[in-house]
Amino acid sequence: MSIDTATVARIASLARLKVTEAELEAMVPELNGILAWVEQLGEVDVTGIEPMTAVIENALRLRADVIGADPLTGGGIRDQVLANAPAAEHGFFGVPKVIE
Amino acid sequence: MAMSNYRIQGETGEWEVVIGLEVHAQVTSQSKLFSGAATAFGAEPNSQVSLVDAAMPGMLPVLNGECIRQAVRTGIAVGAQINKWSRFDRKNYFYADLPQGYQISQLYHPIVGEGEIEVILDDKDPEGSTKTIGIERIHVEQDAGKLMHDQHPTMSYVDLNRSGVALMEIVSRPDMRSPIEAGAYLAKLRQILRYVGSCDGNMDQGSMRADVNVSVRRPSEPFGTRTETKNVNSVRFVMAVVESEARRQVDLIEDGGTVVQETRLYDPDKNETRSMRSKEDAHDYRYFPDPDLLPLVLADSFVDECRASLPELPDAKRHRYETALGLSAYDAAQLTLEVETYQQFEEMLAAVVAESGKDQRDVAKRVANWILSERPGVLRSAGVAVDHPKNTPAANVALIVAVSEGVISGGKAKEILQAYLTTDTDLTAEIASNKQTSDTGAIEAVIAKVLADNADKVEQYKAGKEALFGFFVGQTMKAMQGKANPAVVNDLLKKVLG
Repeated sequence: MSIDTATVARIASLARLKVTEAELEAMVPELNGILAWVEQLGEVDVTGIEPMTAVIENALRLRADVIGADPLTGGGIRDQVLANAPAAEHGFFGVPKVIE
Repeated sequence: MAMSNYRIQGETGEWEVVIGLEVHAQVTSQSKLFSGAATAFGAEPNSQVSLVDAAMPGMLPVLNGECIRQAVRTGIAVGAQINKWSRFDRKNYFYADLPQGYQISQLYHPIVGEGEIEVILDDKDPEGSTKTIGIERIHVEQDAGKLMHDQHPTMSYVDLNRSGVALMEIVSRPDMRSPIEAGAYLAKLRQILRYVGSCDGNMDQGSMRADVNVSVRRPSEPFGTRTETKNVNSVRFVMAVVESEARRQVDLIEDGGTVVQETRLYDPDKNETRSMRSKEDAHDYRYFPDPDLLPLVLADSFVDECRASLPELPDAKRHRYETALGLSAYDAAQLTLEVETYQQFEEMLAAVVAESGKDQRDVAKRVANWILSERPGVLRSAGVAVDHPKNTPAANVALIVAVSEGVISGGKAKEILQAYLTTDTDLTAEIASNKQTSDTGAIEAVIAKVLADNADKVEQYKAGKEALFGFFVGQTMKAMQGKANPAVVNDLLKKVLG
């Protein structure tokens, strides 16, 4: 698999990354190099092998439906949540106007 | 199964509409899908946001078991296959209401597979107008935050309280062919979710929102290109979207245009949909398995417990009301429409059976009539809401029992309820003082007077104007202040008038 400049530009735009023309050109061979390296995995025959999801066989743990059982992952911390916001007014985040 | 004959008349002939619905239903839970923040509606902005929901670095999602339980219960309730192995994927896009930059969803391995529900297309004929609509899948995902655009001249405000709340996305098959079918499907889905208790169904609070997929085609030809109208929040609006969007597509095609697969918004004020063009280039979500979450594996015992916890569902209940209680199909459908209605019906029926000692089959019709027609009439004329504090099951049961035992007439029961709700009267005393009489002697005396006073009408009646019979009954009841047993009055009048 190999990608061209247009594809890299599109990925950058989807990721909201601003990339100059020169950077784009430099990135194409770099990304292609990474893809080619990862593609070596294709040489391994995995017929009949279940995909591995974790090194230690394990299933997802379920949490009890309790508000703020772990204070680190509960709500009621508006000031902390808003602390890093470039703009915060009346308890809201303020962002540049986005409207359809 | 009823076939839809809904057609759009174009200039070049008839068109058929094809509809599929993706319904987002907020899962009833105390805390969010992956964090311990609360989910209650209407809280102060950003007061129910955890560091996980705000996507602070280093935070990890931990799955809420109750949300999974509710999704599985919902799946079982629509007869769907439950996938004991499912997985969460990241759906990547940038928007101000999505701090993670991706929504955790289930694209490749949803928790619930195919099911179906049966909808009623004509309320007047619940037995004869059903259609089965397929459900393709149900998956669990995070809701996004809320944006407000009208509070500041240059900024949009973001409230993340809803961010991370659990949603079930219920995806139908493109099985619907008319606005009525689409509306009936959404209403039936809401009814099932409310019975199950997995979603409160409050559409005006956004607890249920539908994305409406619409395409048109010549009857029996392959599907046309569809559009998706987002976030439609009522049964009525879903029907309006289908109607206006199908019309737009037919006009477009007949004018030589082509329908573009796109996302649209519904404007209820103008009753039309319009394109959300700005989002078009973002439709590459680059899904991939969420590396923060292991696959979700359900034990058989978990699914069995979900199944055992389900209540009697709408179709089964409606059927039982008809067969075991002897109610009409219409009454059974009306009583089972809303959870509150059937709960009140069953509570009152049990109480009437206990107090009167009669079989439930003998009193079910009376209780049903009281709830569906007589009491609503009283509430309307009294200008009182159904949740008025004095409109208790006990008060209603006392009146129904009094009527079913022949103590008071049905008409009196309504009068007494109205007086009880609007004035300071004692129910038991009112019932006692309005006892109807079956004393034939007393009733005969009044009838004799009524007939004597209306000799002209008696002549007309005997000359063939039989409609006057009701007049004599009414006059007799009036003369006895409503306290005569109407059945006895009828019998005696028939005898006298021959």
